[in-house]
Amino acid sequence: MRLPVKKTYKLYIGGSFPRSESGRSYEVEGANVALASRKDLRDAVRAAREAFPKWAGMTAYNRGQVLYRVAEMMEGRREQFAELTGSEAEVNSAVDSWVWYAGWADKLGQVLGSSNPVAGPYFNFTVPEPTGVVGVVAPEEPALSGLVARLAPAIVGGNAVVLIASEHRPLAAVTLAEVLATSDVPGGVVNVLTGRKADLCPVLAGHMDVNAIDLAGVDGDRAELERLAAENVKRVVRNGEGQSPWHAAAFLELKTVWHPIGV
Amino acid sequence: MAQAPVLPRGFELPLEPRLPRIGSVDQVAVEERAADLSRRSIKRESKLFALDLAVRMMDLTTLEGADTPGKVAALSSKAMRPDPSDLTVPPVAAVCVYPNLVPHALERVGDSGVKVASVATAFPSGQSPLEIKVEEAALVAEVGAHEIDMVIDRGAFLSGNYAKVYDEVRRVKEVCGEAHLKVILETGELGTYDNVRRASLLAVAGGADFIKTSTGKIQPAATLPVTLVMLEAIRDVYEETGRRVGMKPAGGIRYAKQAVQYLVLLNETLGPEWLTPDLFRFGASSLLNDILLQIRKEKTGRYQSPDYFTLD
Amino acid sequence: MGSPAVKQDRSLVPSAFEYAPAPESRDVVQLEKRYGLFIGGEFVEPRSGEFQPSISPATEEPLADVAYADAEDVALAVTAAREAFDDGWSDIAPAERAKYLYRIARILQERSREFAVLESLDGGKPIRESRDVDLPLAAAHFFYYAGWADKLEYAFPNRTPRPLGVAGQVIPWNFPLLMLSWKVAPALAAGNTVVLKPAETTPLTALLFCDVLRQAEVPPGVVNIVTGDGRAGAEVVKHPDVDKVAFTGSTEVGKEIQRAVAGTGKKLTLELGGKAANIIFDDAPLDQAVEGIVNGIYFNQGHVCCAGSRLLVQESIYEQVIAKLKRRMGTLRVGDPLDKNTDVGAINSKAQLDRITELVAAGEEEGAEIFQPPCRLPEKGWWFAPTVFTNVAQSYRIAQEEIFGPVLSVLTFRTPDEAVEKANNTPYGLSAGVWTEKGSRILSMAQQLRAGVIWANTYNRFDPGSPFGGYKESGFGREGGLHGLEPYMRLE
Repeated sequence: MRLPVKKTYKLYIGGSFPRSESGRSYEVEGANVALASRKDLRDAVRAAREAFPKWAGMTAYNRGQVLYRVAEMMEGRREQFAELTGSEAEVNSAVDSWVWYAGWADKLGQVLGSSNPVAGPYFNFTVPEPTGVVGVVAPEEPALSGLVARLAPAIVGGNAVVLIASEHRPLAAVTLAEVLATSDVPGGVVNVLTGRKADLCPVLAGHMDVNAIDLAGVDGDRAELERLAAENVKRVVRNGEGQSPWHAAAFLELKTVWHPIGV
Repeated sequence: MAQAPVLPRGFELPLEPRLPRIGSVDQVAVEERAADLSRRSIKRESKLFALDLAVRMMDLTTLEGADTPGKVAALSSKAMRPDPSDLTVPPVAAVCVYPNLVPHALERVGDSGVKVASVATAFPSGQSPLEIKVEEAALVAEVGAHEIDMVIDRGAFLSGNYAKVYDEVRRVKEVCGEAHLKVILETGELGTYDNVRRASLLAVAGGADFIKTSTGKIQPAATLPVTLVMLEAIRDVYEETGRRVGMKPAGGIRYAKQAVQYLVLLNETLGPEWLTPDLFRFGASSLLNDILLQIRKEKTGRYQSPDYFTLD
Repeated sequence: MGSPAVKQDRSLVPSAFEYAPAPESRDVVQLEKRYGLFIGGEFVEPRSGEFQPSISPATEEPLADVAYADAEDVALAVTAAREAFDDGWSDIAPAERAKYLYRIARILQERSREFAVLESLDGGKPIRESRDVDLPLAAAHFFYYAGWADKLEYAFPNRTPRPLGVAGQVIPWNFPLLMLSWKVAPALAAGNTVVLKPAETTPLTALLFCDVLRQAEVPPGVVNIVTGDGRAGAEVVKHPDVDKVAFTGSTEVGKEIQRAVAGTGKKLTLELGGKAANIIFDDAPLDQAVEGIVNGIYFNQGHVCCAGSRLLVQESIYEQVIAKLKRRMGTLRVGDPLDKNTDVGAINSKAQLDRITELVAAGEEEGAEIFQPPCRLPEKGWWFAPTVFTNVAQSYRIAQEEIFGPVLSVLTFRTPDEAVEKANNTPYGLSAGVWTEKGSRILSMAQQLRAGVIWANTYNRFDPGSPFGGYKESGFGREGGLHGLEPYMRLE
């Protein structure tokens, strides 16, 4: 009888898979999963901040290609994901989400931006820009497609993300991190932490170097987290269900530029 | 003070000799053009010619606080005979050392034809009083250095004091005597290609025989686009006045392939008359061995190992 | 052979520093001896029974025999397209339709070397261009429009966008595969099916594209390729079951097409000729501006509708610019399109070469001064040395008519107003270039120039997200960007 080699479920930070600096784990879904600490979260935010300029500086076309590649890699691992989630439909939905958002990368500017006719001899235009480092709390269910529905719109516009996975069903998130690691996503653009939301969410919400936060996956007291977020005027994102370019827009700033027209 | 006309803060070029307008440089276009030229592929026979030329154009350099007579002796031997197992490989153009090591270098190279270049003017920062810098240059010239590599005062340049930059080049040129003067712009500190062009023209106006990209002490050092900008300034000077000023990219050129790309750039921008050590030099140290490797590879057909080439 | 004014044989580059021929291997391309028409998802024999060879313009060598469609063939193709449309292409879930287009994009990326070599072989353009410009852009076009296929409601807020049906598309020989992608990608993204007629002299990459359709498993009949000459194009245009006509080519033919569809209710877009002004102000970064001039007119041998074929240079810098330009022209390498060092390739056909030669002769006759750098032109094939005319008057034929070759006409101006006046003084209006350091002047010129594409401090830049198309007799409708969807949709 052949003994299978069991997978170790670690964190995904800065493009690598470290264990928690605390050395702790918790048992869930039949495996030991890293229990991220506040220091891990600190490291993740740092990694995201470092990765942000490069990701934001890539052409939108390039970013779109990377997201499409994530879909390609996920497609190749359908069975593994189906086993984890117990639902092929959920896997399909997740893969198709990546494809959908990939197609938005080089179109957000056209739909969200504008040239604005002002009352004077000026050329005036508005462009969307990524806000920076975004915190995302993934919903408990559905563990995979719910996560992707929050993650893809956050990064398509050029942001870097620190994501807190489903606490009770984290394996899909870690497996997704493996897909990201093989999809030309630069290290640090997405960071995945597993562990207790009660411990991690307040740290994320209060972190002064995080620019925006999506609290979709928070079941309990959102108000306290929103209060913590106010300390550095974080953008608190409340995207609804489904997919929309406006979900991506929630993580984008708008910059308006003036220039005189004359000889 | 020199006879130079007093230049107002806004920087006016002296009318005599006439120099081209400063103008500006488009970053996107210049980087694209440099990248385009770097993809040219030259004939095998031309490659050997280019590699041989690159050796003849090299200023073999050591500029470390830890340099000793022994180190300089070894470097000079290498300079005179880069590949003892292949005597068809020519000597390099020059060795480049700190002022204290000039006498030792001179003794070593003797009348082999290899020149001795020395840095001067508070290299690499240039942040010393002018009189000290001029005196250092004068001393180095007196001791017999054939070439002097000075640095411009970047602090003065970046604060808009172009007159000071120009004046310092003039003063140093005056004390060079027979020695030819290279002026280091330290392009990595200048920030924009516009500034590189402006600094190039300033240095030329001040009397530079060569303009040089870098001290090699900071990043970025020489790059193909920066070199292209400087060559275009040189071309404009030549078109306008007939005067030929040389160019030296220094620092960051480690591989023979890069050296060939620089030569292609030179050939395309200024033409074949400029493919000579009198008008173009490479400031490098480890580049030489890579070139020797490539020369031997071209001659024998085999990829080489660094073990077979001396480290001096 | 080359033009009469070409001096022979002396190369400007010393033999000591010659560029090696760096030929891209032809082996990567497998050509059939003969190609039928691609209708209903497979290659079929033409009812016309007619085949003609496609010739390599660099060597005059026949590459493959290609079917010439007649009216009956075109009718079959349109029927196939209609069936594919009715049978489900327009009903497939948009997200799935998108996936076909993504597949096409990825396959083009994977096979880009093969396509680039074939493009250069069949059309004459340098491999560096087909490899670095044509192929990446073609793939990008499919990728870009794939993304719109399931997002059309965001492109047209408050409207219900629907496909038109069958699109009949006729494309030119200057960017064969790229023009195919400009036509097919938005049409398919919008839910239409296509009958496409490649140019007579450059059918091969379109035919190879059929293999990409096979690999991508695109349903039969969605894209149909009918090769042939002008007659086949005319049949595509006038077929009553074609809902939308898209044409890129000469203004002359464009007018014929517009006449042909008059009164039929067919939607029409035309992308026609140009005589773009490339305007250089005295504060322009000069060396880069010269690169821009050269790129504007010698890129793709000047076979570009938006080519900067008129140089408008501010008089105060005239001498300097011309000197730099002539010097730079001397370093252009004309030669084997498959050589990676080649800058300027072959003229696409004998007919085009004759036209260029005729117009250049007219230029000399009218009194303009001609300059061509010494050029070693190959014995076989169709070639023309890069040419610049100075002392050109606005009224000369070479300043008015589109030459579509590597020939630049130089005029001068004194003030921005004069530049605008001269630039706009043409029935064309496709593109223009402006070179100046001053931002406000860029915007002011952009505002006043009557052209659909304005390049400031750059030239000949294309992107699938950037709408392209002309004013006046350069045509109407836009390709690329969100705006490129509208011509293929019915908005309810």
